[in-house]
Amino acid sequence: MESPQDIPAVQELVRAQSRIRVRGGGSKSALAAEANVSLAGLSGMVQYDASEFTFTALAGTPVREVAEQLARHGQYLPFEPPLADDGATLGGTVAAGLSGSARYRYGGVRDFLLGVRLVDGRGELVRGGGNVVKNVAGFDLPKLMVGSLGRFGVVVELSFKVFPAPERTSTILAEFGHLDTAMAAVDRMATSPFDLMCLDVEPPNRLWIRIGGIGDALHARLARLTSLLEMSDARIGMFADDAEIWQDVSQFRWARENANLVKIPLVPSEVPRLEARIARWNGEVTRRYGVGGTVAYLAWSEPTVREGLESTLAAAHRSSLALWGDWPDPRLGPSTDNAMSDRLAAALDPQGKFAIAAAVAAPPGS
Amino acid sequence: MPFNELLSDLAALYPSDRLLTAAAQIMPYESDGLTAFRGRPSGVVLPVTADEVVETVRLCHRHDVPFMARGSGTSLSGGSVPVPDGLVIGLNRLNRILRYDPLHRVAVVEPGVINLRVSEHVAADGLYYAPDPSSGPVCTIGGNVAFNSGGVHCLKYGMTANHVLGLKCVLPDGEVVTLGGESLETVGPDLIGMFAGSEGLFGIALEITLRLLPRPEVYRTFLAAYDTLSAAGDAVSMVVASGLLPGAMEIMDRLAIDAAEAAVNAGYPADAQAVFLVELEGPREEVAAEEVRLMKLLDDSGATEIRVAKDDAERLTFWKGRKSAFSAVGRLSPDFIVQDGVVPRSRLGEALGEIERLSQEFGIRVANVFHAGDGNLHPLIMYDGRVAGALENAERLAGEILRLCIRMGGSITGEHGVGLEKRAYLGEMYEAADTRTMFAIRDAIDPKSLANRGKMLPDAEAPALASHGAHPLEQQGVISRM
Ligand SMILES: Cc1cc2nc3c(=O)[nH]c(=O)nc-3n(C[C@H](O)[C@H](O)[C@H](O)COP(=O)(O)OP(=O)(O)OC[C@H]3O[C@@H](n4cnc5c(N)ncnc54)[C@H](O)[C@@H]3O)c2cc1C
Repeated sequence: MESPQDIPAVQELVRAQSRIRVRGGGSKSALAAEANVSLAGLSGMVQYDASEFTFTALAGTPVREVAEQLARHGQYLPFEPPLADDGATLGGTVAAGLSGSARYRYGGVRDFLLGVRLVDGRGELVRGGGNVVKNVAGFDLPKLMVGSLGRFGVVVELSFKVFPAPERTSTILAEFGHLDTAMAAVDRMATSPFDLMCLDVEPPNRLWIRIGGIGDALHARLARLTSLLEMSDARIGMFADDAEIWQDVSQFRWARENANLVKIPLVPSEVPRLEARIARWNGEVTRRYGVGGTVAYLAWSEPTVREGLESTLAAAHRSSLALWGDWPDPRLGPSTDNAMSDRLAAALDPQGKFAIAAAVAAPPGS
Repeated sequence: MPFNELLSDLAALYPSDRLLTAAAQIMPYESDGLTAFRGRPSGVVLPVTADEVVETVRLCHRHDVPFMARGSGTSLSGGSVPVPDGLVIGLNRLNRILRYDPLHRVAVVEPGVINLRVSEHVAADGLYYAPDPSSGPVCTIGGNVAFNSGGVHCLKYGMTANHVLGLKCVLPDGEVVTLGGESLETVGPDLIGMFAGSEGLFGIALEITLRLLPRPEVYRTFLAAYDTLSAAGDAVSMVVASGLLPGAMEIMDRLAIDAAEAAVNAGYPADAQAVFLVELEGPREEVAAEEVRLMKLLDDSGATEIRVAKDDAERLTFWKGRKSAFSAVGRLSPDFIVQDGVVPRSRLGEALGEIERLSQEFGIRVANVFHAGDGNLHPLIMYDGRVAGALENAERLAGEILRLCIRMGGSITGEHGVGLEKRAYLGEMYEAADTRTMFAIRDAIDPKSLANRGKMLPDAEAPALASHGAHPLEQQGVISRM
């Protein structure tokens, strides 16, 4: 494993090697498996101006470190990057395109990334975007990096905008008789102007709802929310001290005993259908649906589950990403590659140095 | 002539009333919202289906004829000035809302759908489409996507790209790709984000899946007056630092206020040097609590007068002055250029001071209306196109302002795009390696450089500057610049 300590060293590596796969903190094992370069040495805040509500940091900077610095100024990254306790880095979060439950309120990693510097397949250092909060000059390379799994280059530096952290937060646990009533409540919440931070579904019948804002207003907002939920016969639990609850969610604590974890984007109406299918798979699967039922996280250990997952993804035309586990290629289901991404890859990486899962992708003898 | 060969193929595809080649028919398509540029296309087609668009792009590709998609032609950067001798593909007739799902808050629209129509369509369900360019009554969603357009209310929820979930597009060689879907979450590279803001260089958006938001329960709109522009700028910094997160924060200077008053009589304070508009939005309890803090803050900020809109009608009056400010500037000057640079928001005061200095140095009046919360300036540079050299002088001043934004670590464009107008400055904002990469990307997506050739990237000859007066719709007072 190479471990460059500065940006020129990354450029040199890219020029010298025929194949570059990067890892950050290794918190998403399925994405770090074939890595030959670690960006752990490329770490630290480059610039943070609290009054500007933006920062620039090297790609290997742990999100934990960033969150701590921001918190000192009452600020936060509103998409709350997951797996911070496992050493998740900014670069890895962007490459994986991973956002936390709080993405529900203001948007995901794509919506807060302002600029990147990356080393392309020729070893050139390229900047896209900037570090001001509004900028449409030139192609939006920062967005292209989100979810790209390092396919277009080695991201070495990132700029983000941040928001003021809510003064106080509070969480409601609502337990319903059945998944369908829980999902109906999700729809009702999502079309209401309650301004929720998080809206997660824990099958078979629980909703986790988080709100945040000014302390003085929280009580009245909670009261209104609970009375609406009680109308749909939910049993309500309240948590004023909720930091740990969401820290656990962010760490996928509910999935920890499992070897595999995958992410599947979907729409809320697909949740019951997916639940029904999973029930027919061969093996036990632990699930959680985040962001108002627009993303499924599934975890399991028994190898027999894979087959059910793959046939479901194919049937439902859903692409998915493995986060934990040992996979020849973490991209599951129908490929998200198309003519546009192929051409972008050809432009940024003409020799295919950053290809994902090259061993599987490349035809024999090539 | 490649165009003549293309023409005979197009004639098989389009009836004669949707294939325009006569000079008089083509004339309305020669310029956009930045009327200083013109380009004469060889023809204009008006497709009514996505298939016609795809077929047209394929034909252009076969015959090597450059093409440009056109929405409503309101670009302020010359983005929809035709490629000379190319084909204009007018998309206004592709204006259907294909699907609307209120429960899951998505709408799938054709590119020619007018921005404001989306919010109107979904209003009965308590939903709205957040990005609100002030050209909203006329500009198209396709144009918004191509430019990643913004608006007054983009402070909290972001620009167009942040509200597009799915896209079907035709690449410049006629290949059709589908990007994203209907979920808020995705896997794979964010190609939607990459397509948005590509200024037509990646091809044409055919179907756009938009994310809708629940309408905020309440709005509280404040208007604070200041003795100096810098005091208003400081007030913005105070609000930002306080941890409040307003939905909009806008500033207008004295000249802009004068213009607005002359045009719509919004009743802005008569003696203020600057007006600061702030809007809180959200659940009623939250907004009520925020209001207390904001009031105290504005009190402490040295405001000479503070007003709170007492109802929706007054709120709209506050915004009307702001939204009409630019077209209203037509009353102060026969011609003007809107700039769109961005500076770090903590350096707004400094930037405004510099613009004032440049204005005096050039002897050109500049009014300022801007998205203060984002540091997105809109200096309005006034000139008289009938005076020889006046336009060139105004463009030189505009260029100096862009350089100022670059020096301060900002951007040459926050929402209007690079277009034709700012191509020369892209290379000043970015390093050579950065622009080389942009060319490499364009060449990979569009090796023949057919899609909106000559825009954004500084490679082709620009049509010459000429003074042509305000946008026709603006002259009629239908729209105004922001
Ligand atoms: C009075 C006035 C006020 C304005 N206010 C704002 C504002 O507040 N905020 C803001 O951001 N902008 C503003 N603008 C600028 C302009 O309205 C926006 O850029 C708008 O998005 C352009 O939309 P359009 O339909 O007019 O596009 P056009 O001007 O027709 O086209 C713009 C660009 O998009 C390309 N294009 C059009 N349709 C497609 C498609 N379907 N696929 C691919 N490319 C396409 C064109 O080739 C061109 O390059 C304003 C303009 C005016 C005249």
